[in-house]
Amino acid sequence: MSKNLRWKVLTILAVIGLSVWAFVPPQDKIRLGLDLKGGVHLVMRVQTDDALRVETETTADRLRETLRTQTIPVTGITVAGPNEFRVAGVPTAQDAQFRQALVDIDLIYDRSQSLTDYTFRLKPSVVSQLRDETVNQALQTIERRVNELGVAEPVVARHSAADQILVQLPGVSDVNRAKEIIRSTALLELKLVEQGPFPDEASARQAFAGNVPPDMQILPGRSEGTAGSAPTTVYYAVRRVAAVTGRDLRNARPSLDENNRPAVSFSLNNEGAVKFGNFTQANINRQLGIVLDGRVYSAPNIQSRIDSEGRITGNFTQQEAADLGLTLRSGALPASLTYLEERTVGPTLGADSVRAGVIASTGGLVFVLLFLLYYYKLAGFNAFVSITTNLIILLGLMAYLGATMTLPGIAGFILTIGMGVDSNVLIFERIKEELTGGKGVKAAVAAGFDRVFLTILDTHVASLISAAFLFQFGTGPIRGFATTLTIGLLANVFTAVFVSRTMFELFLSRRDQPATLSI
Amino acid sequence: MRIFDHPNYDFIKWRWHAFALSGLVVLAGVAFVVSRGGVPMGIDFTGGTIVVAKFEQPVAEDAVRQALAATPGEKVVQSYGDAADNQVLIRLPQMGDENAGNLDEAANSVVQSLGAAGLPKFELLSQEIVGPVIGRELQLKGIYATLASIVGIAIYIALRFRPAFAIGAIAATLHDVFITIAFLALFGYELSLNVVAALLTITGYSVNDTIVIFDRVRENMRSARRDPLEKVVNTAVNQTLSRTVITAGTTFLSVLALYVFGGEVLEGFAFTMLVGIVSGTYSTVFIAAAIAIILGNRQGAATAVSGAAVKVKAATARRS
Repeated sequence: MSKNLRWKVLTILAVIGLSVWAFVPPQDKIRLGLDLKGGVHLVMRVQTDDALRVETETTADRLRETLRTQTIPVTGITVAGPNEFRVAGVPTAQDAQFRQALVDIDLIYDRSQSLTDYTFRLKPSVVSQLRDETVNQALQTIERRVNELGVAEPVVARHSAADQILVQLPGVSDVNRAKEIIRSTALLELKLVEQGPFPDEASARQAFAGNVPPDMQILPGRSEGTAGSAPTTVYYAVRRVAAVTGRDLRNARPSLDENNRPAVSFSLNNEGAVKFGNFTQANINRQLGIVLDGRVYSAPNIQSRIDSEGRITGNFTQQEAADLGLTLRSGALPASLTYLEERTVGPTLGADSVRAGVIASTGGLVFVLLFLLYYYKLAGFNAFVSITTNLIILLGLMAYLGATMTLPGIAGFILTIGMGVDSNVLIFERIKEELTGGKGVKAAVAAGFDRVFLTILDTHVASLISAAFLFQFGTGPIRGFATTLTIGLLANVFTAVFVSRTMFELFLSRRDQPATLSI
Repeated sequence: MRIFDHPNYDFIKWRWHAFALSGLVVLAGVAFVVSRGGVPMGIDFTGGTIVVAKFEQPVAEDAVRQALAATPGEKVVQSYGDAADNQVLIRLPQMGDENAGNLDEAANSVVQSLGAAGLPKFELLSQEIVGPVIGRELQLKGIYATLASIVGIAIYIALRFRPAFAIGAIAATLHDVFITIAFLALFGYELSLNVVAALLTITGYSVNDTIVIFDRVRENMRSARRDPLEKVVNTAVNQTLSRTVITAGTTFLSVLALYVFGGEVLEGFAFTMLVGIVSGTYSTVFIAAAIAIILGNRQGAATAVSGAAVKVKAATARRS
């Protein structure tokens, strides 16, 4: 064996060894996709309009406050859309003073004026920035929630369109619970209750003679209800501005209330505790509204100064209390979510698919190899080694790169076998042709490999081009297919050309003058 | 052992017959698809809900249909997988509104109705809900990816070979895509994500075959410059005939294994591949090569003239 040949053989053995090391044991090293393992795939849209509306409402509220302190009387400030609000009836005499109050607002809003009315629209650049931030915030919040769910290898990522988020949870069986946890906004607000409870919304409005002050709002809530009686919906008039929000939470965990019913206890961080302490001190003997997602859960009397601890009670089950604690800990979503796509694969179907895929690919492989051995005799053994090596490298690289194996990915295996066969057939047919043309064995083998190399390169590049678009097109399973095909194609150039040729050379180097080739 | 010993079939002679046959099949396919109201789309592209339930005991499809009578919309109920598995697939059109957040309304009502109907116990094997927004997106992406991959490959061939060859390859590939879609419609398969993936794979495969022949043509043109393009191409097709048959045959059989053993999920994928392999092999020999000849001759004539002009110029330059 020449030195050159020895190096080639060593390289091949090293590649095989590394690959085997990378994917053994396969059940631990090869990552299975949702369609094989079972689990849920969700695509949702972040309603970024929500965040714009909050921004606009906050700005309008601040302006209202500023105008009140500067005593500029206007007829009204109305929010006209998620990114637009109007100020009507600015007194002409105070127009200059009004404009001066707009310094901050002008930075992010475009202003237009008709007589004494002003319209403010969020600048387009600010809109797109806000939307982007909102999606990112939602993404981070969902990530925290999914991590707390304790799912192994979840995927939380931005999806194709700007406002879409993809979540994949392998092995989750209770899909509805996962969906609820991901979707709940979980915005906690602690607000002062001005009046209430009222039995219905109309009577709540009547208490203000049908004219609820702009710094107050009417929110639905749940009556405490005595034990045994079903809770009913009641209404509260609460301050619009919250004393403390979920942003100041340090922790939230399930606990029990005084009647041993499931509840959620929370504690505030330092900043929140100072705010809450001052607030409760100033409002002893008034009602504190514990508002979650725009609903008053309870409205206890403030009996003394409270610094950092609080409790949310309601008719929770233990699971609900645990889930609420989880969502509160992970922070509020900046905007609501709607589901666009949902695919759930049960673990049974996944296992069945794996079995079917393995049977199909093994069947295909065995058949093809038998044919090659029959048709190409000894050279068929070359093809056998090169195709098997290809599959070993494919598995090894998939494990090494952490690529996901999916059901279409199994089809990718079968097509890789097809490509391997094709390359070998191309080479062998060419060698036969050269032999018929009167070349000696060594020369024929060399010519066969040299001539066909360009063809193999061209066909592989063309296939790689379509695999690239396939990857770009597909989600989940299809990407698995594109990945498998790409790695398989790359590995095939190595095995069909390098490995197979080395085997021929190894065989030919043993004898001095081989007269015939078993092909 | 050889399948073909020195094959010397005159494939190119049959090119007009082949064009006529392909044209006929493609036209018939298009007519059939149009008469059915367009390419049948699965829920991946239209939006909708598919629920697969596995019952503990055998159930009649009719019983399931009756249980779902109250659920609105046109439902499809069919058995899924082996009959012994008692699995039923239920497909419903798009219900509920994404913006209202009740995309899963259809799926939930199916589960409720099945539970309330007194059928044997069941578990949900899978549940797929696709909203119209995602459906439209996937539709666009699928069309875009198929076209882009064909164009990408064409550019590569035009660079590596000749523009005429690229046009031949594109024609052959589009031919395969059309025929495959027609067969999918004929056999009642719907276009799903997996099927589009198979279509993309076929474009790769079909081009693969074409390149092998073109490569041989390029090589032969170096040694046999004098021969007309028809003859060079025909020789190349014959030289690669064994390879074409062996590769197509083995790939066809291994995809057949996928079709038979691969389970319901991959059935559409495997079927698409099966049709595509047959069509791709045929189109390589009869369509791609023939178009390359027809276009190549015209272009070749032009190159020959300009080549002659260069020669004259060179001669003049030498004389002076």
